[in-house]
Formats: sequence, structure tokens, C-alpha cells
Amino acid sequence: MLLDIKDLHVAIKGKEIIHGLSLQIAEGEVHAIMGPNGTGKSTLAMAIAGKEGYDVTKGDIIYKGRSLLEILPEERAREGIFLGFQYPVEIPGVSLTNFMRTAINETREYKGLPPMPPAEFLKKMEEKKKLVEIHSKLANRSVNEGFSGGEKKKNEIFQMAMLEPSLAVLDETDSGLDIDALKIVANGVNMLKTPQNATIVITHYQRLLDYIIPDYVHVLFEGRIVKSGGKELAMKLEEKGYEWIRND
Amino acid sequence: MVKDKNNIIDEVTQGEYKYGFVTDIEMEMAPKGLSEDIIRFISAKKKEPEWLLDFRLKAYRHWLTMKQPGWAHLNIPPIDFQDIIYYAAPKKQQELSSLDEVDPDLLETFNKLGISLEEQKRLSGVAVDAVMDSISVKTTFQDTLEKHGIIFCSFSEAVQNHPELVRKYIGSTVPYTDNYFAALNSAVFSDGSFCYIPKGVRSPMELSTYFRINAANTGQFERTLIIADEGGYVSYMEGCTAPMRDENQLHAAVVEIVTMDDAEVKYSTVQNWYPGDKDGKGGIFNFVTKRGICRGVNAKISWTQVETGSAITWKYPSCILLGDNSVGEFYSVAVTNNYQQADTGSKMIHIGKNTKSTIISKGISAGHSNNSYRGLVKMTTRAENARNFSQCDSLLLGDKCGAHTFPYIECENKSAIVEHEATTSKISEDQLFYCLQRGIDMESAIGLIVNGYAKEVLKQLPMEFAVEAQKLLSISLEGSVG
Repeated sequence: MLLDIKDLHVAIKGKEIIHGLSLQIAEGEVHAIMGPNGTGKSTLAMAIAGKEGYDVTKGDIIYKGRSLLEILPEERAREGIFLGFQYPVEIPGVSLTNFMRTAINETREYKGLPPMPPAEFLKKMEEKKKLVEIHSKLANRSVNEGFSGGEKKKNEIFQMAMLEPSLAVLDETDSGLDIDALKIVANGVNMLKTPQNATIVITHYQRLLDYIIPDYVHVLFEGRIVKSGGKELAMKLEEKGYEWIRND
Repeated sequence: MVKDKNNIIDEVTQGEYKYGFVTDIEMEMAPKGLSEDIIRFISAKKKEPEWLLDFRLKAYRHWLTMKQPGWAHLNIPPIDFQDIIYYAAPKKQQELSSLDEVDPDLLETFNKLGISLEEQKRLSGVAVDAVMDSISVKTTFQDTLEKHGIIFCSFSEAVQNHPELVRKYIGSTVPYTDNYFAALNSAVFSDGSFCYIPKGVRSPMELSTYFRINAANTGQFERTLIIADEGGYVSYMEGCTAPMRDENQLHAAVVEIVTMDDAEVKYSTVQNWYPGDKDGKGGIFNFVTKRGICRGVNAKISWTQVETGSAITWKYPSCILLGDNSVGEFYSVAVTNNYQQADTGSKMIHIGKNTKSTIISKGISAGHSNNSYRGLVKMTTRAENARNFSQCDSLLLGDKCGAHTFPYIECENKSAIVEHEATTSKISEDQLFYCLQRGIDMESAIGLIVNGYAKEVLKQLPMEFAVEAQKLLSISLEGSVG
């Protein structure tokens, strides 16, 4: 088991948002988490990544056999947890190249490896840029600064490709994308799939799941998983809308 | 779940000052205190001509009539000017003809600082004048420069060997009447660097002065004079460090730059004087007057400074744009942490037609520090079509520090254009978390973000300095986000 979430309760500023969520994810699986706005999807993503202010008040998150609760966010990242942000921030003056080199080399240092040789790093950058059809010039610009909505999301997948995580949590990666960008992003995610890693796709719409085929779909509603099933669940949701869950 | 952020801030903001060592060198010192006798003593020690002693004495007598300025946004404890040693020099008897004759302890000091004089000699690149306390220790590459007609030596040597140049230009840009600390410096200055670029000569290498305060209870009062004659060009760098001491030490320097027609001087500073400890004890009082004058048409002076050190910084590198079409630039990053205080900025005085100036100031405050930008842009009646652009940004790390901006604009010419932009921002938690989530730890994340913020200024620095400055920014600031 790669990730085992047990009866998770998460509160923000004392207000509980997630009320006892359990979820198991094995290597090689793709899980989709769907649900209306404000039901705790992003809160779950932040709690896995360890953002300050998202307090786990009960339950546990076990990743690779180890509780994440006492582990700093940067260490979680170095252990292979990647969060694709819904709203990637701009970091003025820091080039994407410099940012990625720092990220990769700090992770390597944590693992007792020497810094990646510059030639190897640049080769990797080139390879991965092609994967998500990122324009070469973007790599020299500041991280996300002046990027279009689509470029920002592609950039998230690009970083995921560079960092090769064991567990990727993609938070509303489809929001704000036109159909072409959506295909590129989905294609990137599919190409990065291996029998060893797993992906959690958080989405409001079924649309993305036409391109990233999930093994499991979970419906999150008012802080709990209320339904789980195969990809047909997503279809049903699309057809009947979230009202169906509410009335059920 | 996560380590208390305030703890992290405390841990990382208190990075050790790594230049805080003291070298045990035999010193020759004047007795404590300031008087005409002390000034005569300094002048005699340096075998100065009568006119220079006169200059000093006039400055001293004028200083006695002045009061320490109180207008800056600084809290300056009273300074006992009688409790300072005004002359301290590593003992040396004769002129040094090669590095082999330099006191090995002294060489070791500069090696520790990463300013290896030996290295500089072997790797062509930068000519260094090393100043320890009151005395220039050694200037490298003098022979090479001489072939181009460039004079680069200690101020004392210039007084002996080029008295006509010194006499012509000393006090021409910063008169001793200018301000309290300029008057004090004019009275007691001990050494510094002198540089003359003759007509049409571009210096083949970067010139650099490295200032080091070593002795206790001493003040450092160096004086630098740079003249670029018609069409001349030089890029000049200045670095400085001091040992960690519990008492405050005074550094009151004067830098004067003169550029003639089509001449350009680029002056870069990485100021890393000891800032005091985390409780604000000790540290250097850095009260400096830096001014350049573009005397000729198309002349240019560019100041770039990275200010990370000193307990208190009071410093306004300025340009007087006298020649038509002359250009003045000021690029600054000023970092304050713990209890440091900085009141720094620039003055651009436009006199000639079509003169242009640019001010880019990036203040970064952390801990309990206070960081002020203070600047004056003045367009005089003659300054037809003069232009200024100023941008003053402040970045706050934490909620106990302060950032202030005091821009003054005086415009007496209707065709002149003055633009001023200012922003204040904080490093956002979202930016930090974004970095953390990519496996970058808190210290490196702040280093990245701060260096990104200061990039516009850092890219103005010569390559050798830019790397040092980047590291310094990260070290001075790590952490401190709230």
C-alpha cells in the first residue's frame, strides 16, 4: 500500500472541514476524487502535502508505511509526494530552470546523492519540456510570472515530470484549461504513469476523466467520501449532477 | 504537525557572521580622542604636505561648529568622539615591493576573507587595494595598470606621488562643509584608494578596494577619490568586513567620483560590516558620504550597492548631473535583520540638459529591524528635458520589522519628467509553501525568493561580486517570515 488514509479529520482554524475520511491507494493506481465546491477536496490535498494551518485533529495518513503527520512538507516532497497546485503562485525573479535545479538538488542531497551534473539536468529539462509541449522560453522566465492559465497548469505537470514523484496529487488541474491544453496535460499525466507510482486526480468535472482514465472514482461530499466506484461513477455523476448525491 | 514557524525563523535568522575573527597583528596606534594634535599626528605620520594638513584642520574646526544630524529615521545612541582611536595601522617599516614582504598574518587575514592577494596576483582579473584599519596594505596589479596610464594606489601614496591631482579634486564633490560626518572624515581620514583614468582609457580590469576593520576601539575613516578623464571608463568594486565586537565602531567614509566628457564610472559595493548580534549589541555605525559629479557631456556614474551589514547605515550615494546628456544610476539592495537600522537612498541633482537618472531601490527588512529609503530627485531650472525614473520596493519578512519610504522631489523645470513607483510586499506563505512542496527547505526558499526580488539590482554587479552578493543575501536573511 502506497497511501493509507485512516479516519482523517482536518480542521482549518478550528473549523473541521474533513470529518473522517479513509482511502487506500496502491502503486500503479489512478484515483479520481470528485465533488462539488467546498466539500474539502483541496483541503485533503493540502493535508497530504502538509501545508501549515491544515490541522489533522484525528486519524492518520500513512505513506510508504510511515505516518506523515510528523514530517515537514519539504521532506514529504523529497519522499516523493507531489502536489499539482490549483493556483500555482508566481515567484518573481526566480527562473524556472533555477527553481527546478534547486528542487532536484535539494532532494538529491536529502537522499545522499551529489548534485545532478548540469549537462544531465539540462538534457532532462529538454526531454520533459517536450512531454508537456512547454515553450523553451518559459524555462528562462520567472516561475509562473506572466504565464497564462494553461501555461501555469502545464508547468505543474512539467515539474511533476522533472521530480518523478511516487504519489502525485493533482488539484483541479483541469480548471481554466481549453480542450487542447487539457489534452496535453492529460497526455503528460498518462505518459508519466508507471506500475510504481500513483495519482490522485481532484476534479470538479468529469471532462478530464475522458482523457485520464481512473481506476477508482470517489465522491467527496461535506467532508466525507460518500460513494466509491469505477469510472462509470463519474459518468453517472456527469449525467445526474451532484444533486443526485445530495438527494441520495 | 509542522515545526513552529517562529522557531524556524529564529533559528535561521541568526546565522553566524563568518567574518567576525580578529587578527593578532602588531599595531601602531594614536592615543584615544580627537584634537588638533591628533590631526597633526596623523598628518605627520603620513608625511603630508602643508596644504593637506590645512585642509584637515579647517575641516576639524568646521566640524566643531556642527551638530550630528537627527533627521534620519534612525535611533543613534550618543557617540563619544573622544573615546575613539583615530589612527591604527599594522606596523610596517619600509615600502613593500612585493607580496612576499607583507606580514604573513595580514595576508592570512585577507585569505580568510576570500580576498587572496596571492590569488589575485596570479589570476588576472581584478586589481585589489587592501585597506586594514587606517592603512592600505597592498595594491596589486599596479604595474599592469601603469602601462595604460592608470593610477591606482592608496590615497596616501597618491598624496605623495600625485599631489597635484589630489589637491585639485579632494573636497571638490564632497566639500568638508557638506555634512557632519564628511567634515569628521576630512579632518581625520587615514587612507583609502585613489584612482585616475586618463583620457580615452578603458581600464582593462575591474579595480577593487577591500576594507577591513581589525583593531578594537578604532574608527575607520577612509577616503576614496576616483577621476575618469574624457572617454575613460572603470568599474570599481568595494567590499568590507569587521570583527564581531560588543561595542559599536564608527565607520565614516567619503567617496568622491568625477567624470569628464564621455567618461563612465561604475561603482559597486558589497557592504558587510559586522551588524551586531541578534540582540542588537555591537556592530558598525556606517555613516558614509558618497557622491559623484558628471562634469562633462555624456558622462555617466552608476552606483550599485548591496548593503547587508552594519548596525546602523546612513548612506546616500548621489550624482550631480552637471554635463548635458549625463546619466546617473543608483541600484540598491538594503537588507536589515535583527535590530539593524538602515536609512539609505540616493540623490540625483539634474543641472544639465537631457540628463537622465534611474533609481532602483529594493529594501528587505526582517526581525526587529527598520529599513528606510530616502531619496531626492532635483530638477533645476536649467535641466531641460531631464528625466528620472525611481522605483522603491520594500519586502517585509515578519511582522516586527519596518519599511519606510521618504522620496523628495523638487522640480523647477517644466520640461523635466519625474516618475516614482513604490511597492511594499511580504513573502507570501503560498510562495514559501510552493517551494517547500517541491522539496526546497525554508532557508533555501527564502534565499531563492529574496534573490529573485533583488535580481534587477544584482544583475548590475560585476560577475565576481554578484555570486558573493547572492550568497550574502541568503545568509543575512534566511528565515524571518511571519
